[in-house]
Amino acid sequence: MNLDAREPSGPIEDRWTQHKASSKLVAPANRRKYKVIVVGTGLAGGAAAATLGELGYKVQCFCFQDSPRRAHSIAAQGGINAAKNYQNDGDSVYRLFYDTVKGGDFRSRESNVYRLSELSVSIIDQAVAQGVPFAREYGGLLANRSFGGAQVSRTFYARGQTGQQLLLGAYSALARQIEAGTVDMHPRTEMLDLIVVDGKARGIVTRHLVTGKVEAHVADVVILCTGGYGNVFFLSTNAQGSNCTAAWRAHRRGALFANPCYTQIHPTCIPQSGSYQSKLTLMSESLRNDGRVWVPRNEEDVGKDPTKIPEQDRYYYLEERYPAFGNLVPRDVASRNALYVTNDGLGIGPEVDGERRGVYLDFADAINRLGEQTIRERYGNLFEMYERITGDSPYQTPMRIYPATHYTMGGLWVDYNLMSTIDGLFVGGEANFSDHGANRLGASALMQGLADGYFVLPFTIGNYLGTERNFDGVSEDHPDVRAAVDDVNSRISSLLSAPKAKHAPQWFHRKLGSIIWHQCGMSRNGEGLSQAIDDIRELREQFHREVKVTGGEGEFNQTLERAGRVADFMELGELMCRDALDRAESCGGHFREEHQTEDGEAARRDDEFSYVAAWEFSGDPAQPTLHKEPLTFEYVKPVQRSYK
Amino acid sequence: MQKALTLYQTSIGKKAVMAASGVILLGFTLGHLSGNLKAYQGPQALNEYAAWLRSMPSLLWGTRAALVFAFGAHVFSAFQLWSQNRGARPVGYRRKKSLATDYAARTMYWSGPILLLYVLFHLAHLTFGQTFGFYEFDKMNPYNNMVYGFQIPAVLVPYLLGNIALGVHLFHGIWSMFQSIGINHPKYNIFRRDLAIGLATLLTLGNLSFPIAVMLGYLEPTTQTFYFPELE
Amino acid sequence: MYLILHIWRQQGPRDKGHFERHEARDVSEHMSFLEMLDVINEQLIEAGKDPIAFDHDCREGICGMCGMVVNGEAHGPQRQTTTCQLHMRQFQNGDELWIEPWRASGFPIIKDLSVDRSAFDRIIQAGGYVSIRTGSAPDANEIPIPKGVSDHAMDAAACIGCGACVAACPNASASLFVAAKVSHLGLLPQGQAERPDRVRKMVAQMDAEQFGACTNHAECEAACPKGISISFIARMNRDHLKSMIASSDDVEARPAK
Repeated sequence: MNLDAREPSGPIEDRWTQHKASSKLVAPANRRKYKVIVVGTGLAGGAAAATLGELGYKVQCFCFQDSPRRAHSIAAQGGINAAKNYQNDGDSVYRLFYDTVKGGDFRSRESNVYRLSELSVSIIDQAVAQGVPFAREYGGLLANRSFGGAQVSRTFYARGQTGQQLLLGAYSALARQIEAGTVDMHPRTEMLDLIVVDGKARGIVTRHLVTGKVEAHVADVVILCTGGYGNVFFLSTNAQGSNCTAAWRAHRRGALFANPCYTQIHPTCIPQSGSYQSKLTLMSESLRNDGRVWVPRNEEDVGKDPTKIPEQDRYYYLEERYPAFGNLVPRDVASRNALYVTNDGLGIGPEVDGERRGVYLDFADAINRLGEQTIRERYGNLFEMYERITGDSPYQTPMRIYPATHYTMGGLWVDYNLMSTIDGLFVGGEANFSDHGANRLGASALMQGLADGYFVLPFTIGNYLGTERNFDGVSEDHPDVRAAVDDVNSRISSLLSAPKAKHAPQWFHRKLGSIIWHQCGMSRNGEGLSQAIDDIRELREQFHREVKVTGGEGEFNQTLERAGRVADFMELGELMCRDALDRAESCGGHFREEHQTEDGEAARRDDEFSYVAAWEFSGDPAQPTLHKEPLTFEYVKPVQRSYK
Repeated sequence: MQKALTLYQTSIGKKAVMAASGVILLGFTLGHLSGNLKAYQGPQALNEYAAWLRSMPSLLWGTRAALVFAFGAHVFSAFQLWSQNRGARPVGYRRKKSLATDYAARTMYWSGPILLLYVLFHLAHLTFGQTFGFYEFDKMNPYNNMVYGFQIPAVLVPYLLGNIALGVHLFHGIWSMFQSIGINHPKYNIFRRDLAIGLATLLTLGNLSFPIAVMLGYLEPTTQTFYFPELE
Repeated sequence: MYLILHIWRQQGPRDKGHFERHEARDVSEHMSFLEMLDVINEQLIEAGKDPIAFDHDCREGICGMCGMVVNGEAHGPQRQTTTCQLHMRQFQNGDELWIEPWRASGFPIIKDLSVDRSAFDRIIQAGGYVSIRTGSAPDANEIPIPKGVSDHAMDAAACIGCGACVAACPNASASLFVAAKVSHLGLLPQGQAERPDRVRKMVAQMDAEQFGACTNHAECEAACPKGISISFIARMNRDHLKSMIASSDDVEARPAK
């Protein structure tokens, strides 16, 4: 297979403009003849559906939640980057582009990243015009903050609810199109398969989650904006319903899956409190600006009241190991070091499954230095959230934190037009792999979702439709459509009738998560990954033998929903480990213990691994085929990171 | 084709009608109380005041018409809102805990009908002269009609209950009126509750002062006779 | 700890429904309320019984998908907290809990504790937006907005659309939800062009969805997990009256769905 990224050539700053100028368009009167399916209503999907509807296409939009406003983009707290340079601190489109490529550890495609930076500016204009109440200064103009160690203040925010406000903006635009009749919205409807006819994506098969009705929807273009696969870890900061089924089913129908091993683990989350835990809650990274991270120096102190541990018995491991950056080292470094100290038996907090997985984030010094009032102003709402969940007050006792899976950089492979390897199947937002390389910078996820949804997809889809022009009518009786529906039905019935039904789907999900978290989490090695692949395969077989789903298919059945999602995570999890095993280097969120510098830093191997690993489904989940898209860097020359 | 909505057809419109008619009724109760205070200046003053009111038939009947209209509108829209609200939750909670609401707000649909009955009773008694055989009604002497009435427990009790209901109703009603027609401002919102408490207390205590004054013997029947052509 | 739970079970919108008694043993105080239900559900599945259906998603108090009435309080006893963020340390060993769905004609029950809140979506569709074409926006700093105004709009915009206001209201009124959206856009300069029409259209839809009327109990404000103030209801009422009186464009009565 030839992975043609269809990148335009020429100076990077002109590529998107040139590309638009030379692309095909669809005349306004013709647009309503084309049917577009959008799956997912987060920032990317909601924005794309609204914009395509506004342009006049016939849009069918799907989400599994009860309302499009609930997609998990809503939970993003921190902010959204844009190269507006309102602060006059030297920011520019180029600098944002440079930071993003570098932050991605030189594993992303330069043209895509440049376009993202370029479009970031329009996103802010669009959001403000929709009524997104971004924070403002007393003069009435927009406020910015510096985020995730950036040297410029380019992050726009709306209290700690930036994702929510941006999503409500996109949702309101979508609501306007639903009212106008251009978008037909299908909430509580889950995509379970992709329909491919003559090599082109021509529709999807869905199950209505309330009635259980399995149905085919045909269209001329299918867009997946179905988010990431972080829930493969079972415990993550993702929503309970977030899943990989849509993307995975598209992969099984021929779309290549790129870089599945690139996952981001966020260092400041609230640790697990027991084996019943269903999710982990992220707290803003800004906490590390004033908090000091430590664990007891001696193993016998780990169960002690932290306020009683004297200063000389505290191990401020980030400050000691990274004197220059201290507690502000990048996410992956902070996360990995938390893992190392807990592996050494120095973890604190309650024991869960025999391990103490937590480190302290202490504000005592900051409170002494700045006063409690200042700390309350800066972090009051975060402290409240922490107290609500743990019952401890961070004003009195150090916070307990531990890393948790937060974002997945990998996803379906797409070209410059965001089209996958299946013609007519487009992928936006976290579901694609394109812009963040091996590591995503803070406040860039919202930016990418909205850039894809508002500005890239509506345009590249016009180009696709204008190029292909005439689509053969595909009816719901077409053999390929019927085959896809039958396939879904038989998967559902096999989930409902496992031969030795014994355990609930979540039981398997928890086991899968544990394997992946331990072997394919913050720190990975060849031996562990090979073991994980075997373990997952065994677990998958056990799953299909022993999964217990009560109730029937023709009803509201949340157990059945879960079972289907876990089944797909089982296959994706294996691919993730395989990709991690194959990538014998460390880069960004992917750290291979065999490949580190003498200082214990991630060692990239650009000569061998400067490529996108795109996996093709061969028919057997255990035998995927690897394709490589080489990455070239014309503008940002790869360098090795150092935080010492 | 659907018809265009009129203001009254919306739930907020009905609430505005409640508020506007409530203001009219509140204005009346205030005027009513201030007039009745003449009782403390003696029988002559009150009876003259009664005669004076009747000396302007057009104004009197105009006011009465407005009151009947406001009263009718208040009761009618309350009934419509009540049935809308009942339909909005056909199956109730097994358990329901109130967090913010108060006794007055919860009992509006009780204090309202009580007030309706009380007003009918009050009209029957002092306007139409129904004394239930306890004493003789003298249409030339409204002062004595009142005092005699308050000396009889069976007449007194509805007055006491009616005015307590009025106080409770106004405590929520006045504050609620500001919300319903959207008179609010963070700087002045505190006064909305204060005003509701003040007016409700003033009206309840003012109105109750008459029966209490009679019970304490401060207001006594007069032996004087009166004649006013207006009261004929 | 040990708890006795009486959980509302209802097969579908037409089923009558009943309370089912469950016992929760070995509940950790660090569990969230929904995790406590997860554990019961996992046991029910393994015993071959029908697990309790309830809606939930983000489990960090922002998506607005979860919600149940616990002992008569929407989202349970902790103020400004969604059910998913409610933790078991709010309860005592031996407590008896009655767990019910949001009850309102506007929110038909789908199954057990799960209700259909699509009425809220239709209210937003009726006018809860600024009509701005993608790509046609002026520069974001073109219109300065005083910080106080912007913050006030954000207070309203914090609504997560969970429906606790309806559940808590003695009249099952959706006024707080509608008022929050009307005020969020009505306060900002961007929302002015459509302000009179927006409020009338959204109120018409609210009424059509069979919600009750506001009688100013303020129960919604107390139950709101985001602490949205009823002063926004006064604001909506004012906007609505002004617009109904002054505007010459008609708003049609909308059919309920």
